[in-house]
Order: sequence, then C-alpha cells, then structure tokens
Amino acid sequence: MAEPLLKVEGLSKSFGGLEAVKDVSFEVPRGSIKALIGPNGAGKTTLFNLISGNIRPDRGTVLFDGKEIQKLKTHRIASCGIARTFQHIQLFAGMTVLENVMVGLHTHLHAGFFSAMMRLPSSRKEEKKAKEEAMSILESLDIAELAYKEATSLAYGQQRIVELARALAQRPKLLLLDEPAAGLNIRETAEMGRLIERIRESGITVFIVEHDMSLVMKISDEIMVLSYGEKIAEGRPLEIQKDPEVIKVYLGEEEV
Amino acid sequence: MSTELFFQYIAAGLTYGFIYAIVAIGFNIIYNTTGIINFAQGEFVMLGSMTAITLNAFMPLPLAILLSVLITMIVGAIMEMLFFRWLESPTVLRMIIITIGLSIIIREIALAIWGENVRALPYFTGNEVTSVSIFGAHISPQVLWVIGICSIVVVALQMFFKFTRYGRQMRACAANREAARLCGINAKNMVTLSFVLSAGIGALAGCVVSPITYSQYNMGVPLAIKGFTVAILGGLGNSMAAVAGGLVLGILESFSVWIMPSAYKDAISIAILLLILFFRPGGLFGRKEELALKEF
Repeated sequence: MAEPLLKVEGLSKSFGGLEAVKDVSFEVPRGSIKALIGPNGAGKTTLFNLISGNIRPDRGTVLFDGKEIQKLKTHRIASCGIARTFQHIQLFAGMTVLENVMVGLHTHLHAGFFSAMMRLPSSRKEEKKAKEEAMSILESLDIAELAYKEATSLAYGQQRIVELARALAQRPKLLLLDEPAAGLNIRETAEMGRLIERIRESGITVFIVEHDMSLVMKISDEIMVLSYGEKIAEGRPLEIQKDPEVIKVYLGEEEV
Repeated sequence: MSTELFFQYIAAGLTYGFIYAIVAIGFNIIYNTTGIINFAQGEFVMLGSMTAITLNAFMPLPLAILLSVLITMIVGAIMEMLFFRWLESPTVLRMIIITIGLSIIIREIALAIWGENVRALPYFTGNEVTSVSIFGAHISPQVLWVIGICSIVVVALQMFFKFTRYGRQMRACAANREAARLCGINAKNMVTLSFVLSAGIGALAGCVVSPITYSQYNMGVPLAIKGFTVAILGGLGNSMAAVAGGLVLGILESFSVWIMPSAYKDAISIAILLLILFFRPGGLFGRKEELALKEF
C-alpha cells in the first residue's frame, strides 16, 4: 500500500494536569476523507493544533509526506502543504475577501522584497497572476461576487467558504477542517459536504473534525473516534456506527 | 487676521502636521504588528537627519539622504533582531520598556558621536531667505518639500499595504497573527519589516524637516510625544487617521501662537493627549468594539 500522507505516532499533550491527547497514533491515507469525531472536550481541536503546529506535542511524531514536522515552526508546516480552517472563523479583519485569499496564496509567490516594494514589472505580473488565481478559486466556490467585500462583514456561512478559499489558495496536500459545518443550516451543510467531496476529487486529502453525524457518515472514508484524549475506535463509517464502545461514549448520547 | 497671515499659519501647520503624521504612522506600523508603542520612534527621526548631515559633507544631498535612510533602516532591523526577535511571547509592557531603554541608549550614542551642537541639512532648494508667494503668504520652498515628500510617503505606504504581497502579509499578521502563521507567513519577519519601515519613514521625515527645525541629538523626544499624541488622536493603528490627526495638531499649534505666547505651543499637544486619553481613548475615529480588542 502507498505510504500514507499523514502518519501520527504516539502523540501526547498535557495542559497542566489534564492530558488532552494521550498516545494517539493513526494514519490519513492519500486522497481520502478522514473524519475525527468525539464528545466535546475529547481533544479533537488539540490534535488539530498539534498537527498544524500552533501547539507543540510533549511526545510523539507527526510524519507528513514522509517528513517529521512536529518540531517545525508553524509557518514552515503550512508551507509544507498543510492548510486548515478553524472552529471559530479566523479571517483577516480589515481586508477584502480577495485579499484574504491572496494571503493564502503568498507561499507560492516569489518576487523579492525590493522588487515588490518598487513594483517592478516582474512583481507586478506576479501580483496580477495571484489576483487571477485567487479570483478563480472564488469562482470555483461560487463566491466571486463577494471578492471586494470586507471578509468579516459577510454572513457566517459565507465567511466559512472564504476561510475554505483561503486554505485552498495555499494549494495544500492536506486540508484540516475544524467543524466546517458548525453554525450552518441544513442546506448550507449539504452544500459544504458536496464542496468537501469536490475538494477531495481535486486531489487534496481531507482530515475533518465535525459534529454533524449525517455529514460525517456521508462523506468520510474512515472515521476515528477520540474520547478523553484517547483513540477508542477507528474504521469505516458503518463499522463505527456499530462499534459498542463508540455507541457507549458518543453515539448513544447523540441519538444517531 | 489678514489672508496672508492666515495662509502663513496654515503652511506652518501643515509642515509640522505632516511630520507629526509620519512619526505617528511609524508608531502605527509597529503597533499593528506587535501591539507595542515603540518609544524609540523619535530616535529614528533624529538618526536619519543627523546621519544625513554628516554624510552630506562627503556627497551630494540626495545621495546623503538616501544613504541615511538606508542606514537608519538597518539600525531598525538590528534593533528588532537583537532586542525583540528572540523573546518568547513577551508581554506588551516588557517590550515597551525595552523601547524606552533603547531610545535612551540611541540618544546617548548620538550625543557621543555628534555632541550637543545644533546642525541642519541645507535647504533642498534656495536658502533660508528664499520664499515663494502663495495667496500672498511667503512660504519657504522647504515647506513645499516637506508637504510634498510626506504626502508621497503616505500614498506610497498605502499602496504598499494594499498592492504588494508583503504589505498584505503585514496586514494579515496585524489582523490575526496565529491565522497568518498557519497561512505560512513568518510573523517574526513581518515584525522586523515593520521596524525597518518605521525607521525608514522616520529617517526620511527627519531629513526633510531638518533645514527648518534644525537637528540635535535629542530632537526625537518632542517629536515622539507629538507623534504619539497624533497616533492616539487618530486611533492607534489607523494610519490614514494619523494623517488627519497630524494635520489637526499641526494647524492647532500653529494658530495657537495667534492667541497665546508661543512658549505654550507644546502644551497644546499634551493637553490634547490628556483629553483624548480621558474622554476618547479609542481616538477620534476609533470604534468602541475595536478598542475592547486592543491589549494596549
């Protein structure tokens, strides 16, 4: 079998006395959609933060594309090809939708500082190309008409899409989505599901934390369940639905 | 008041107003990336003008100014890399106190190099008695240089922030540092860049104003106070508001001479600073919600 895109081994993180993530190991195969579920406070977002590098693990390794990344600086991890969205939307205030997406693109721009300052032809051309690429991403997500609106002034559902656009602009290999359907209505959630499937079809591997079970069951290839920082189950959606352990800690309470 | 006198005051007000605005923008640029007030901002202005004066002995004026701006930018970069870059999540207060210490050190070094002598760059065109007549007021061409160059700096900065990737990255860092990092932006480099930019525009302002105000090792202190007043007046972090604030303060100061002794001129800015801090800490153009998010 091909080497997995993401391979996490023995990852642990404590905050004071609380073990938020305990010795978690798993793999995310290339081209798959993998979901991470679990009750509130199970450590899902912490696990995401450990992978994307905004917090450091106490122990364990994160192999991305065969390379250890857990010691890299946050911005380096991002430039390796991991992009993410947030449970609480984190757009750049005071900037337009287009500008937000163009910030996502920046790791793929090369004009040096002085040529950018002086607006030399080479950097101007690159700027133009970046703008076109950002626009085409917005078009592919059907929000091109919002390009010049201030990002944080948009409706909640639209802001989620903008955040997704910004992450896609990074041309990631792995996309981490932290509760992309949170706060969306049924129609928007279904739309988000289709969007995620389309993103996977374009060759991007998706790792998603989500509370909406119908969405998770529908789109995921594999599901991993976390409870009190520990992995308690992993498998295909149908197996997870039948897993007695999972039903006990999670699905039973949620009545799925 | 005669029309001539009125325009005379306006011209003087605009001159100082633009200089205050540039200093305030310097404050804002660093504030936006770090959340701190760099109290050594006035020292950038001093370094720029003193270095240019020294260099001007060996080379033509435009080259001396260009080189002094570059040197001051390098000083800004070194300052950030030596004293801020390696700090692990420092508090805002700690960083501010470092800038106060740095401002004293830079001033003392300047005193050791240049002494207490008051110097000046030559007028860019003409000399101290040259004047052009605008609406009957006699205005030194240097005033036009100050207004012209400062306006260009303001516009160029706006373009930089709006239309270049580095400008966008800096704004992204200012808006949300964590998200910016996760987009692959090296936030620390952006902080260094903000010091470099602030140092550069400060130095340039120091050069253009030197023929009118003269330069001395301690010229940065009053400018920093005025610039700070203006930055607060406009609302911290808002560069266009700083321009408006600068012009308001410059013109107020200039007209104050008409109704009270000129020795009280400086009291105006302090009085404004206190009034704003008491009654509108978010600045004239600031919003309450924004203020709630600010650390300082």
